[in-house]
Amino acid sequence: MAMQAYEIEELIKKTFPDAIIKIEDMAGDGDHYSCYVESHSFAGKSRVQQHQMVYQALDGRMGGQLHALALQTKIPS
Amino acid sequence: MTNLDPTISGRIKSEIDSQDVVLFMKGTPVFPQCGFSAAVVGVLSHLGVQFRGVNVLEDDQIREGIKRYSDWPTIPQLYVKGEFMGGCDIIREMYESGELMEMFNTHGVDVSPQ
Repeated sequence: MAMQAYEIEELIKKTFPDAIIKIEDMAGDGDHYSCYVESHSFAGKSRVQQHQMVYQALDGRMGGQLHALALQTKIPS
Repeated sequence: MTNLDPTISGRIKSEIDSQDVVLFMKGTPVFPQCGFSAAVVGVLSHLGVQFRGVNVLEDDQIREGIKRYSDWPTIPQLYVKGEFMGGCDIIREMYESGELMEMFNTHGVDVSPQ
């Protein structure tokens, strides 16, 4: 069920090649991550839309294979 | 909202419209059964916002349906005046930056911080 941090990073990187990504395994169980994504693609999008874009990049794994991913998105300043 | 049974989407819509602030959550406001739901309940209580909790654990159709309805894969989900505001991360972030309070004010929802 669990996912490795590098797999999450690869999936996000595929959709957002410019992104700065920081992933932390919060519980050390490969199932509870916090993830920071900074990308120009988020410009002009609402927070909900930004998160939806990341969830789409994860291709249905969020809420299934990935139980918990605390997400923070940012537009580069 | 792809392939969502109209009966289910109708039920979801009437839940969302039942009150100004509606939280789809695991468990109830008094007894949340998931840390993420508990966190949002905590924020709303702290702001003194009246809300209605919909326990998705009691209804599988709503539990799966709400994810498609909003194109959002996780629960909790907060709706204000029919508009989807976000899940736990967004609500927490908005709370910390003060935007949540502002959003309730602009939406005409009474706030009385505890």
